[in-house]
Amino acid sequence: MEKANPFLGRDVVSILDFSREDLEYLFKVAEVMERFRRSKIEILKGKVIALAFFEPSTRTRMSFETAAKRLGADVIGFSSVEATSIAKGESFADTIRMLDAYADLIVVRHKFEGAAKFASEIAVNPVVNAGDGKQHHPTQAMLDLYTVKKMFGKIDGLTYAVVGDLRYGRAATSFIYGLTLFNPRKIYLVSPPLLRARPEVVEYLRKKGVPFEEVNALDEVIEEVDVIYVTRIQRERFPDPLEYEKVKGSYRITLDLLSRGKEHLKVLHPLPKVDEIDKRVDNSKYAAYFEQAANGVPVRMALLSLILGAELGKVGADL
Amino acid sequence: MVPISEVIGMASPTLTVSKIRCGTVIDHIPAGRALHVLKVLGITGREGIRIAVLMNVESKKLGHKDIVKIEGKILRPEEVSVIALIAPTATINIIRDFEVVEKRRVEVPNVVEGVIRCPNPTCITNKEREPITARFKRLSKQPLVLQCEYCGTLVSETDVLRLLGNEVSGS
Repeated sequence: MEKANPFLGRDVVSILDFSREDLEYLFKVAEVMERFRRSKIEILKGKVIALAFFEPSTRTRMSFETAAKRLGADVIGFSSVEATSIAKGESFADTIRMLDAYADLIVVRHKFEGAAKFASEIAVNPVVNAGDGKQHHPTQAMLDLYTVKKMFGKIDGLTYAVVGDLRYGRAATSFIYGLTLFNPRKIYLVSPPLLRARPEVVEYLRKKGVPFEEVNALDEVIEEVDVIYVTRIQRERFPDPLEYEKVKGSYRITLDLLSRGKEHLKVLHPLPKVDEIDKRVDNSKYAAYFEQAANGVPVRMALLSLILGAELGKVGADL
Repeated sequence: MVPISEVIGMASPTLTVSKIRCGTVIDHIPAGRALHVLKVLGITGREGIRIAVLMNVESKKLGHKDIVKIEGKILRPEEVSVIALIAPTATINIIRDFEVVEKRRVEVPNVVEGVIRCPNPTCITNKEREPITARFKRLSKQPLVLQCEYCGTLVSETDVLRLLGNEVSGS
């Protein structure tokens, strides 16, 4: 029997709004969408998707736009507040109300935590969080988990090291939350003491009984891990520039370090990266981050088509 | 006038506080937190109602305690519950015609809305000109732990006192 679409009409605020089964359903549709990475299908023809980026973005915005266009939807929106009436003093709430009147779905990114949830309370149409401050980036977590699934054939039973800015990094936070929906063997939270995961994240891992450990450096655990998830230090979110200076360049992933790890070890990174990964890693067997970025399109195609109730039977999706 | 000893069990021959005819007595407030209680109730003193605030008086149960007596205001259950944020030991006595007609204990509600602001400066609830109120869900009663429903920040009893303290001293 066909399973009901668990995404239909839903907001996507946090990865924790969804279950493991929901994500597995999404991954099945994403696999189908992989076939249409280079073509246009018209299953969202007539729909308008608003991309409201109140904060800069390259990959997330462009992959949402690509996904929407491949599905045949029209796209409206903006990629900086300077070009909008926000610059004239219009509130976030009023901007969302306006977009809600124009579009069938709103993708929103904002530097304030909770902005997407607030938008979802205002808008009648579905809202997808494309990053709210340091808190959530659920569609990034979806494509990250999808990448792991593709590379290892599973998400369960692997050992993960999430490395870097766990305090201000929303992609790292959402990846950690996403892993709690599965059964990782262990999660190492690897960061300098100043960039430790926030109390609510650590508390959540404890409550869920997920095996995890906070460590200072990757070389302490390199032999054990299957997946390394590296993040950039989120300079723009530091309230105090002096604090940033203290941690700048405090970790670096090199080929030498990776060669001490397992044969099948893979390195993920939500990108953009700055200097936390040695450039020589880019062309090695360990680098999975460019494929990970490419997976953003089929995963977001799957998500948009499910939320907006596209007829997936037309593209051969057998659910 | 009734001697304070009759009201709060304190052997003082000079300090007296009148009984109230109708209103609310909040007893067993941890010493030093009476002003915070007024703050969470949104009482500024400019309402024109008679209020007695007794601070650091002796108490058999607590050693020292504060008491707040509010003339002419019967607290609603939702007002009572927010008192638990900063005075979990408090007892509420509802007074009519000088008699205690009801005693209530306080309990932090499952959702706390509009009492404290979120301590995270980049929470959407702290953004200027947005029609939004801070809202927290209760994760734990003892020790008190709240979580902002918008940004996920955890808030302890100490944080609540600090947040209210800033507002008390700033008002």
